[in-house]
Amino acid sequence: MDMLKKFAGSSLFLPVVALLVLLVFNTIFVDGFLSIQLTEDGRLYGRLVDILNRSCSLIILALGMTFVIATSGIDISVGAVVAISAAVVCTMIGGRGDGVAQMPMALAVLAAIGVGVLCGMWNGLLVAKFKIQAVVATLILMTAGRGVAQLMTEGQIITVYYKPFEYIAGFLPGMPLPTNIFIALAMVLLVAVLMKKTSIGLFVQSVGINATAARYAGINVTLVIFLVYAFSGLCAGVSGLIESSLIRAADANNAGLNMEMDAILAVALGGTLLSGGKFYIGGSVIGAITIQTLTTTMYALGVSADQLPVVKAIAVVIICLIQSKKAQEMFDAWKARRMSKQNGKKTSVDGKVAEQA
Amino acid sequence: MAQALLEMRYIDKVFPGVKALSNVNFTLHAGEIHSLMGENGAGKSTLVKVLTGVYQRDGGTIVMNGKLISPKTPKEAQECGISTVYQEVNLCSNLTVAENIFIGREPKKHGFIDWKTINQRSEQLLAKLDVHIDVTKTLDNYSVALQQMIAIARAVDVDAKILILDEPTSSLNEEETKHLFKIMRQLQRQGMGIVFISHFLDQIYEICDHVTVLRNGELVGAYEISKLPRLELIAKMVGKDLSAVKDMDKFAEKSTPSEEVFLDAKDIGAVGKLREVDVTIHKGEVIGFAGLLGSGRTETAELLFGIEQIHKGSIRINGKKINLKNPMDAMKEKIGFCPEDRKRSGIIGDLSVRENIILAMQAKDGIMHHIPYEEQCKIADDCIKLLKIKVSDREQLVKNLSGGNQQKVIIARWLATQPNLLILDEPTRGIDVGTKTEIQKMAISLAKQRGMSVVFISSEMDEMVRTCTKLVVMRDRRKVAELTGEDISSDGVMKAIAGGAA
Amino acid sequence: MKNRLNQLIASKYFSFFVTVLLFAILYGAGIAMYKGFMRPQVFLNLFIDNAALIIVTVGITFTLIIAGIDLSVGAVLALVCMVLAWLLANTGLPVGVCVLLVMVMGTVFGAAQGYIISKFDLQPFIITLAGMFFCRGLTAVISQDTIQIENPTWVALASYRVDLGIGFVSIGAIVALLTIVVAAVVLGYTKFGRTVFAIGGSESSSALMGLPVFRTKVMVYAISGFCSSLGGLAYSLIMLTGYNLHGLGMEMDAIASSVIGGTLLTGGVGFIPGALVGVLIQGVILTFISFQGTLSAWWTKIVVGALLCVFIIMQAFITEQKSKLSSKSSMEDNNDPPIQPTPSGAES
Repeated sequence: MDMLKKFAGSSLFLPVVALLVLLVFNTIFVDGFLSIQLTEDGRLYGRLVDILNRSCSLIILALGMTFVIATSGIDISVGAVVAISAAVVCTMIGGRGDGVAQMPMALAVLAAIGVGVLCGMWNGLLVAKFKIQAVVATLILMTAGRGVAQLMTEGQIITVYYKPFEYIAGFLPGMPLPTNIFIALAMVLLVAVLMKKTSIGLFVQSVGINATAARYAGINVTLVIFLVYAFSGLCAGVSGLIESSLIRAADANNAGLNMEMDAILAVALGGTLLSGGKFYIGGSVIGAITIQTLTTTMYALGVSADQLPVVKAIAVVIICLIQSKKAQEMFDAWKARRMSKQNGKKTSVDGKVAEQA
Repeated sequence: MAQALLEMRYIDKVFPGVKALSNVNFTLHAGEIHSLMGENGAGKSTLVKVLTGVYQRDGGTIVMNGKLISPKTPKEAQECGISTVYQEVNLCSNLTVAENIFIGREPKKHGFIDWKTINQRSEQLLAKLDVHIDVTKTLDNYSVALQQMIAIARAVDVDAKILILDEPTSSLNEEETKHLFKIMRQLQRQGMGIVFISHFLDQIYEICDHVTVLRNGELVGAYEISKLPRLELIAKMVGKDLSAVKDMDKFAEKSTPSEEVFLDAKDIGAVGKLREVDVTIHKGEVIGFAGLLGSGRTETAELLFGIEQIHKGSIRINGKKINLKNPMDAMKEKIGFCPEDRKRSGIIGDLSVRENIILAMQAKDGIMHHIPYEEQCKIADDCIKLLKIKVSDREQLVKNLSGGNQQKVIIARWLATQPNLLILDEPTRGIDVGTKTEIQKMAISLAKQRGMSVVFISSEMDEMVRTCTKLVVMRDRRKVAELTGEDISSDGVMKAIAGGAA
Repeated sequence: MKNRLNQLIASKYFSFFVTVLLFAILYGAGIAMYKGFMRPQVFLNLFIDNAALIIVTVGITFTLIIAGIDLSVGAVLALVCMVLAWLLANTGLPVGVCVLLVMVMGTVFGAAQGYIISKFDLQPFIITLAGMFFCRGLTAVISQDTIQIENPTWVALASYRVDLGIGFVSIGAIVALLTIVVAAVVLGYTKFGRTVFAIGGSESSSALMGLPVFRTKVMVYAISGFCSSLGGLAYSLIMLTGYNLHGLGMEMDAIASSVIGGTLLTGGVGFIPGALVGVLIQGVILTFISFQGTLSAWWTKIVVGALLCVFIIMQAFITEQKSKLSSKSSMEDNNDPPIQPTPSGAES
């Protein structure tokens, strides 16, 4: 019972419960939802694996977004950066029908990630150095970024026939799970190690809760904010690789579309306040998986990709309201009023005494 | 006696966990200047805010001119005839002077705002207060003193019967204060009731008729100012016997600074912040920066800690010329700084006591050299014990501590970095008397036992007189005097501050 | 000389001057490079083509002045186009009723966003970002394909041209200009308008001065919703369709126009005529790209983004310069005439 209570108060409560509800819903309504099969060539197949596979890029984005939101910023350009990264890797490898790469894939991958980091650094420069509101700074890249991606692909969808490119989001020969799950796992582990072995958590939280006090305590606030956006760019770059590998193409219009919303939602669901401060990496990861499950469920219900944002927008507003201090105060006041109504008689007598005196 | 203009009876106000006001009475007559006195946290501003509709009272009645009133918003209070000028000027700096005076009640012509009338009437209004400025310029073009006058012009023009002045003089110089007093007397003659809140006893005795003293949210009493000697007033404010107040002056022996100089700042200044100050800080010395708010005392401290950069002059530490570009540079020179505004630039509210204490140390060690958790706990526990910080445990959130304990946490943060110089900017503001004394004693013992240099900044003169071995007096953003030894007395400081007046 | 320059920079209308100058230079360059720019109609086309953006910019300027933001404008515009197209195609309602319905819908949506933001003290960008996704999604729920508008009245309105002698303008352009005038008057000469500025200056001070902060904030977002809807109508008159991707990224174009026109993102400062010139500058760039012919359309977004960056950074610079200037002058005491004591007896 105590454990249950403790769990109910923890940051993981909301995303885990939401995930469980979705899983139960799917188990009941989708045939063979829980079944996982091993194919002849040693690969795991099943709905659950599929969800996990699909949620990888979102998990990675959510990692970066968690840090950004913890510094009380936001990065709404991640979707566009995903598109840019996809465009870079695909144009560099090239769309030759005979499956030959124009440039070595390793170079293309590095370049894509590098461009992601550059985009993040650009955001970081605007926010940290020029003190532009995060939402406006990243809005610039959100809108202009897709233009940049379009320019690179010259408005075409570049399809890559080079075989190894599929491996990023597909199965390496002999592996039971798709590669991107390992990539996501590696990223999560990297962050976990950073959290454990460095003071990054303390610094980021300090900046998010009270940037002035953090500065007065000797923390280089500008650098912390800059790095946080650069890391978010890195995450978006990696996500771009996965997204483009999934469809084996760069589609500047649709790659990473609406993913900024998913990432923000994942972070908020994971218990991190959108106003910054304390953050929960584990919560964000589970939040990301939950959002992907929601997406998959909605697709199963026949909701199209264009329509899905309606549901997610409502979810964001609800989470905001739950997090809102004002809403909590109002709820408390309402509870107090109900309580006092029950003891109404007593207070009215008190009031009279006061007036007579 | 004539009917009172305002009668507040049995006012109660409860905040979550604190009883801010209980059973407080307050009476104001027309044509009277009435002071509200009490230490920080005594409930002065809460009482004012209840009256002006910012807070809702939880009990009691307010009667104005024989009528029960219950203002729920500042607007309703204004409509009742209660106007307020707050300490931090509450106007909009992006609007013009005239607009600040008239916003919310603009005269109209054909349904549109009549700018011409607004500008003309503003000029007339300000002229009545002997202020002659261009009213079509935006407010941010003018000094705080002028902004205060503009706020008063607004308050007076809304047909106010009661004018509340919440620490209006804290950022004014003598000349400006005199001018304000003249206006107050003028308004008094017109039959307005004025509530005047100030920390300066001299001013209270100069201008007020009556005084109401509050302590810990309770009423101590209301007195005629001419029949209440100063010491008695102080005793009532702090809740001690007269003898105890007299004794407070000699509670500890001061430190004896060594000959060795730790820091030597020559003619330092920064554009828009500080004109020119030089300071020499010896090892084991408790040095005080005295002066009014905005005199340059905080600015000097900020320059010494690298929060702002100097534009002229030089700083030498241990004889070596140092360029302080940011707080980290100062920290590397073993300087620590407890800022004036604890909430805004001191504590990280949502972090635990432990995290707040090790923060500066961790920042100094760098992000990659993570202090192991066990060591963090040990440091935190040591500090909690040393400074007698009252916490349930080290993982308690700092925002849930009392002001005094929050202050101790910040001091602990710097002590953990083993500084050679600790700058304490208003360390005793808004905390209870007991903790105040504790912090003063601590400053002295740090200097005595560890040979640390301490810069002590406070608005309360007696505090400085008690703790400091040297006083640097500032006025108008420059140093005007330096007092040592026998010269250090409240009187001496006051004279030094006033002496600079043209 | 330097003093004069400083004064100019500190002037209220500095940014506006820069904007007008920039527009003149751009247009002059256009005339120098392409003969077509000489025709008055090219200038009038700026208003015709950008009518929707002008109207939307007016709305977003209100939210920027109170130091808020409304990211949902483009999506609301798309939703309005779509609902209007759907209503005209699938119901027999007269055009007037349809227009009224979509206007009410957009305004109420804006007000709802404002209510949530103000009542629960939430960050405007997150709520309006959600609003943006909500409206885009809803547009797709109504139809994922383009709906053509074939209603004869609406088509006639769309092709109606008002002759000005030197050229002609569309109904949308006239509505846009009217919006500009009304907004400028409301902001400059009404209590509501001045309260908007006061809230942008300092929300807490405004509350202490007794101004209706909550009501004004909700109304500002309602106005933004209203303008987005009106912009949607103007857009619909040009496109004659309802489509999910209408007005994609328009929020940035609008914010850029507003900022280029002198609105400070930190709130409290905004200038409606400036916002108009901001839109026109973007329009000229678009015209350039279309005259050029070889530049791809993606360049527009990139150029607008770059322009926004430049202006925001310039703003940051000006603000810093201004605060330095004012603190310097207040220290030298030459800006504040000292409070002069009147000779005793002069006052009775």
